[in-house]
Amino acid sequence: MDNIAIELRGIDKSFGPVHANKDINLKVRKGTIHGIIGENGAGKSTLMSILYGFYQADNGEILVDGKPVSIRDPNTAISVGIGMVHQHFMLVENFTVLENVMLGAEDSQILNKGIAKARQELKRLEKEYALEVNPDALIEELPVGLQQRVEILKALYRRADILILDEPTGVLTPAEADHLFRILGQLKAQGKTIILITHKLREIMAITDEVSVMRRGEMVATRTTRETSVEELAELMVGRRVLLRVEKGEASPGDVKLAVQGLTVKDSRGVTMVDDVSFEVRAGEIVGIAGVAGNGQSELLEAIAGIRKATSGTVLLNGRSVDVTGHRDPAELRARGLAHVPEDRHHVGLVLKFEESENAILGYHNDPRYLKGVFLDIDAIRKDAEEKIAKYDIRPPNARLKTANFSGGNQQKIVLAREMERGPDVLIIGQPTRGVDVGAIEFIHKRIIEMRDQGKAVLLVSVELDEIRSLSDRILVMFAGRVVGERSPEATEGELGLLMAGVEGRKEAAE
Amino acid sequence: MSTPYAKLPGWVEYGLIPLINLAVAFLVAGLVVLLVGENPFEAAYHLINGAFGRGEYIGFTLYYATTFIFTGLAVAVAFHAGLFNIGGEGQAYVGGIGVALACLWLDQVMPWYVVFPLAILGSAFFGALWAFLPGWLQARRGSHIVITTIMFNFIASSLMVYLLTRVLKPLGSMAPQTRTFAEGGQLPKLDWLLSIFGLNVGTAPFNISFLLALAAAFGVWVLIWRTRLGYEMRTMGHSPSAARYAGIRESRITVIAMMISGGLAGMMALNPIMGEQFRMQLDFVQGAGFVGIAVALMGRSHPGGIIPAAILFGVLYQGGAEIAFEMPSISRDMIVIIQGLVILFAGALENMFRPAITRAFAMRGQRTAAVVQTKGA
Ligand SMILES: Nc1ncnc2c1ncn2[C@@H]1O[C@H](COP(=O)(O)OP(=O)(O)OP(=O)(O)O)[C@@H](O)[C@H]1O
Ligand SMILES: [Mg+2]
Repeated sequence: MDNIAIELRGIDKSFGPVHANKDINLKVRKGTIHGIIGENGAGKSTLMSILYGFYQADNGEILVDGKPVSIRDPNTAISVGIGMVHQHFMLVENFTVLENVMLGAEDSQILNKGIAKARQELKRLEKEYALEVNPDALIEELPVGLQQRVEILKALYRRADILILDEPTGVLTPAEADHLFRILGQLKAQGKTIILITHKLREIMAITDEVSVMRRGEMVATRTTRETSVEELAELMVGRRVLLRVEKGEASPGDVKLAVQGLTVKDSRGVTMVDDVSFEVRAGEIVGIAGVAGNGQSELLEAIAGIRKATSGTVLLNGRSVDVTGHRDPAELRARGLAHVPEDRHHVGLVLKFEESENAILGYHNDPRYLKGVFLDIDAIRKDAEEKIAKYDIRPPNARLKTANFSGGNQQKIVLAREMERGPDVLIIGQPTRGVDVGAIEFIHKRIIEMRDQGKAVLLVSVELDEIRSLSDRILVMFAGRVVGERSPEATEGELGLLMAGVEGRKEAAE
Repeated sequence: MSTPYAKLPGWVEYGLIPLINLAVAFLVAGLVVLLVGENPFEAAYHLINGAFGRGEYIGFTLYYATTFIFTGLAVAVAFHAGLFNIGGEGQAYVGGIGVALACLWLDQVMPWYVVFPLAILGSAFFGALWAFLPGWLQARRGSHIVITTIMFNFIASSLMVYLLTRVLKPLGSMAPQTRTFAEGGQLPKLDWLLSIFGLNVGTAPFNISFLLALAAAFGVWVLIWRTRLGYEMRTMGHSPSAARYAGIRESRITVIAMMISGGLAGMMALNPIMGEQFRMQLDFVQGAGFVGIAVALMGRSHPGGIIPAAILFGVLYQGGAEIAFEMPSISRDMIVIIQGLVILFAGALENMFRPAITRAFAMRGQRTAAVVQTKGA
């Protein structure tokens, strides 16, 4: 038992009435990858924040290499060899990679000397761990996958032996995620210890040595990965059997509810993001848009939802045309039966500083049922929020809690509840389950199918191919701003993958 | 994870931290006094005595506070919509036109309670107008409000010089000011309010616009937290992208928020014009628009914080004048330094002591939790 890198004993933490961590015990072996899973709000991020010194535990002990340590802030965490890769990167956008890596660890007042040394050290790290990235590139010009690599380099530069990654793959494309896992394998081979939080059980199975499960603030089980299964883990997390595959009947499509014709969107620099896209969504069907992130799906959704200007094309909502190129009014679209779950819940779908109940009316705040004349009807708003909290099992069930203090999955449920409970005719959803646990995914998927069966038209964008395949009745694949093909959900992953990579599509277009 | 520091109890957040900041500000100010060879305790005595020592002094303190409540609220309202209105100074100045017009028109024929409501409307109208232009320029043309409001301060100043030397000045008078108003243009003092506490207001111009300021503070609270417009303003202030998503029109909110802000700034003019001088003079605003920025900052843009912050600055003004009077080697400029220190520590460096205090509380929490545990065991 002498090869334990980190041991937590009786860690306890409360935020007011919320008991986020209850008497947690955990041992992480040196040189292994240790997964931590659990429902949204189970307390995973809180536990890691305690280990990294962001929060102080109310009670309990942390041992690093068998020695008790008191981690008061991130600096002490770094000094005992713990590094963290944050879910939201903490990089200076207009600094270069090298400058970001050095920041706060400059060594000397004279920068030049430090820079030369840092460059050398960075080269060494890159070689040792296969972490190629151009040290002189500006952060803002790098794709997220590479930005994350810079975060890892930052930790290694500070001589971290233990690396914490909180939901690192949430923002990555599948290819970037694969690359990340190769890097983690490399780090492990060099004797580093890694703690990995993720909601994707497949990743846990693929890369970890051991996995610990949290539920409602408690550590409920630790398993050796080789000896467990996805089904067992899901059940441990949620406390009941979980359907990992959605059950749905045949679609019975009705009238066309949303018709998009020749839609073209250019970004502010004039680059074409969506290129002459046409499709229809009928009542009672789910149309999924598959594609590698950044191929125009986001812009397409935003243009339809009226928050981004299209250059040309037409959109018909319920048979009536929407002015997508001129005056756009999301409020009017809502009134006409369109609901929109945006991809970016932190910046678009929610105001994180608002109380939960205030976010539950965002975009619907003109509805007379929330108003008394020009005044907000606070009682009605809170009551409405509480009903949605109960129906969508949002935790903690507190309509007055600041939205930033809900865990990611519960924030997503706040948005979904708001948009779905309206009974819209057309629902457009971007990344419905990003950062959401398996139990909640099951719930959200069920709700989306329910919407379909009630005769709503659903347009779904997701970078999770599994999700697209299991929910959609028809799949459109986007590549470089164009729809390069339509497939049925029975299409194989390989076939869709080729389309998404633009290989098949080019052939098809040429024919 | 979004906030690295844990939440503190309310009394620490809103009581202890501001007090510590204030204490440090006065400590440093004390050192400055020491540096010029004066006794800081004597200065402190004059400050407190000058602000509270007599009913009359308290009256002056609250008179200044009234002015700062208006300008503080003005900055706060714009701030909730994510707009930094630095033009309170000019808006208050131009707001004076509304007050002057109402008084010049009716002071000889109507009692104050008829003139006052009209003067309120007039001041709010002209203040709002002066803020509308920068708001509109930002909404339509993208000219940044910070730049335009500063420019409008200068324009206001030239405009008022023109008006007071050419248009509003009585014939034959040399002074750049309006004529003195008759009784109808003079607000009653709040002597009865002070006399409840057994104080005598004396010559202090503590007048009924103080009550108007309190009402405005309540109104701002209702506006921001209880109306649909306030909701839209806050949404835009916190997240413009979420506001766009929610169908809130940025240009509309920008213009409206600026007009409300300017209206509040304009109402500040009531206090000196109808409450003290009974005429409109050159430069009657005297920097109150800028003090409003500090007041809003210190009061965290919340009316409940702005009122005490405004009173604090009232103390600094009134008590400061007393120091300058009693201790001649401490000049007016020294007083400005002390006020600057308060702004520096209570406003700009607001977060300086927070990490340490948070840590202290985390440690205390740990200890009490441990005690509870051993007791439980
Ligand atoms: N600063 C805070 N103030 C109040 N409550 C908080 C705070 N941070 C977290 N919580 C609460 O503590 C609980 C645990 O949150 P935590 O973020 O650790 O969950 P998680 O397991 O990481 O969830 P997710 O998978 O959704 O990221 C939640 O109920 C959350 O609402
Ligand atoms: Mg988390």
